Amino acid sequence: MGKTTAEKIFDAHLVNEPFPGTKVLRLDAVLCHEITTPIAIDDLIRRGKDRVFDPTKIKAVIDHVTPSKDTKTATQAKILRDWARRHDIKDFFDVGANGVCHALFPERGFIRPGYTVIMGDSHTCTHGAFGAFAAGIGTTDLEVGILKGVCAFRQPKTIKFNVTGTLPKGVYAKDVILHIIGKIGVNGATDKVMEFHGSVVEAMTMESRMTLCNMAIEAGGTSGICQPDMTTVDYLWPFISGEFASKGAALAEYSKWRADADADYDQTIEIDVANLQPTITFGYKPDQVKTISEIAGTPIDQIYIGSCTNGRLEDLRIAAQILKGHKLAPNVRGILSPATPAVFKAATKEGLIDIFMDAGFCVTNPTCGACLGMSNGVLADGEVCASTTNRNFMGRMGKGGMVHLMSPATAAASAIEGKIADPRNYL
Amino acid sequence: MKTFGGPVLFLDRSDINTDEIIPAKYLTEITKEDLKPYILEDLKLPGFDPKGPKTLNAKVILSRGNFGCGSSREHAPWVFEVNGITAVIAESFARIFRQNMFNCGMAAIELPKADLDIIFSHADDEDAAMTIDIEAQTLNVTGGGKQKSFSFEISPFDKALVMAGGWVDYADQKY
Repeated sequence: MGKTTAEKIFDAHLVNEPFPGTKVLRLDAVLCHEITTPIAIDDLIRRGKDRVFDPTKIKAVIDHVTPSKDTKTATQAKILRDWARRHDIKDFFDVGANGVCHALFPERGFIRPGYTVIMGDSHTCTHGAFGAFAAGIGTTDLEVGILKGVCAFRQPKTIKFNVTGTLPKGVYAKDVILHIIGKIGVNGATDKVMEFHGSVVEAMTMESRMTLCNMAIEAGGTSGICQPDMTTVDYLWPFISGEFASKGAALAEYSKWRADADADYDQTIEIDVANLQPTITFGYKPDQVKTISEIAGTPIDQIYIGSCTNGRLEDLRIAAQILKGHKLAPNVRGILSPATPAVFKAATKEGLIDIFMDAGFCVTNPTCGACLGMSNGVLADGEVCASTTNRNFMGRMGKGGMVHLMSPATAAASAIEGKIADPRNYL
Repeated sequence: MKTFGGPVLFLDRSDINTDEIIPAKYLTEITKEDLKPYILEDLKLPGFDPKGPKTLNAKVILSRGNFGCGSSREHAPWVFEVNGITAVIAESFARIFRQNMFNCGMAAIELPKADLDIIFSHADDEDAAMTIDIEAQTLNVTGGGKQKSFSFEISPFDKALVMAGGWVDYADQKY
């Protein structure tokens, strides 16, 4: 019997199995941000164990609230900053160099096929786009990861999603993953890995694959995983060209992490996207989805484009293509948060930022921003946001607010019309 | 013997997420104790008051499926802990929340729906209470003059974490 990608990674990283069903894995990357890491740092200090297992395998960023908005958030940033300096963590991204963790770390080439990755952030599943096993964990797991370089997992079963057909005009990775979550539910993949296959995924850019994997957690999934291929190699090439004689050699090496043809899956789910429409959430759970034809016309107050789901250059290009030459409807306000400084710079160079600003958007620095209502872009009671983020929980973007999750294209069309609108009318 | 228990807070809904348990705006607190006033602040349920006596007196939470879904924030178990709630009983849990509970030396126990229905029938009993014995894997419910015991499954690893008082102490000894 063959193995899934996650099974191969588990086997290659196994430290031991302290009890049947629990596997302790060696970690290749421990990612940190300023919200969940400071309490781990404080606890390590309190225990007299202020150490790190390997400063080259720890990456840290201030991204949730940045620049700091008050004394508390400044203190969180300071704890992380001082700790990174104290332990010579070179890959630490402070104000000016910082961006949304799940966009910034891949962009820097930190994630490779076959890696084990943890972070005190549920959307760590994003990094599975590279053929890695990447799982969100809590602060205690993070603390042990920092100190010992290990993490314990129940061996997850894998659900295979075979995504086929051709993506229709105006339909993107975001619509695919919202459709999948709507189909299997918010706990449809709990304790399981979501492995994405099929011609649609093979044709996707790394950015789109990250969008797909980013929302695996919204179905309860431990990690999203895509199969490493030449698209993966091309994306990573600037970082790995010194390690391999050719792209072909890199592909041969990374292909060992691809699932075997006879791998044993918990379940295989066929997704045909040929007739998929733009897909949008309507309630307070990410599995409550409707097609654009069912929800078009819903009133909104704010448009938010950004986040670890859809704040990358590809997303900004798609939204700008629709917004070009248009203005925000008079009843709405728009906020764009490019996910990283590199995205911001490239978008500026390409003229995308001009398009957003000419349309009337406010452009913020790279940050998690409105997505979780911790800093800017918070909604008032009763307000509604058309958002490219990943969570529509009650109160997520502000007490009493409502969030509709959608693609950057749908968000851009909605900005023009001042209500949820069909992007296909602008393409 | 490791036991948990006391008055029960009944939260009769599936998919209660960690944003409802502790909203993101409070994640700027850097001590667990500072989270205390904000427990379950954004949870909207008929008859539920996050600042009411049932919440403040509770030692155990009883809920339904997929409890603790969403954000990985360990602030969710912590806000329970500083409010004296050290066990959650539900039909199922989101992975990260469940592990966070055990990693803190607390308990996230799964029971089948039929058992939960019986315990939920005590929701209106003022004296509804529960004792959970992790080692024996039994759970005793009392209330309204009635009493009933249940047994539950717990993975040997999670049991060891509860016995060790959490994952940091355990890992520090073993790895």
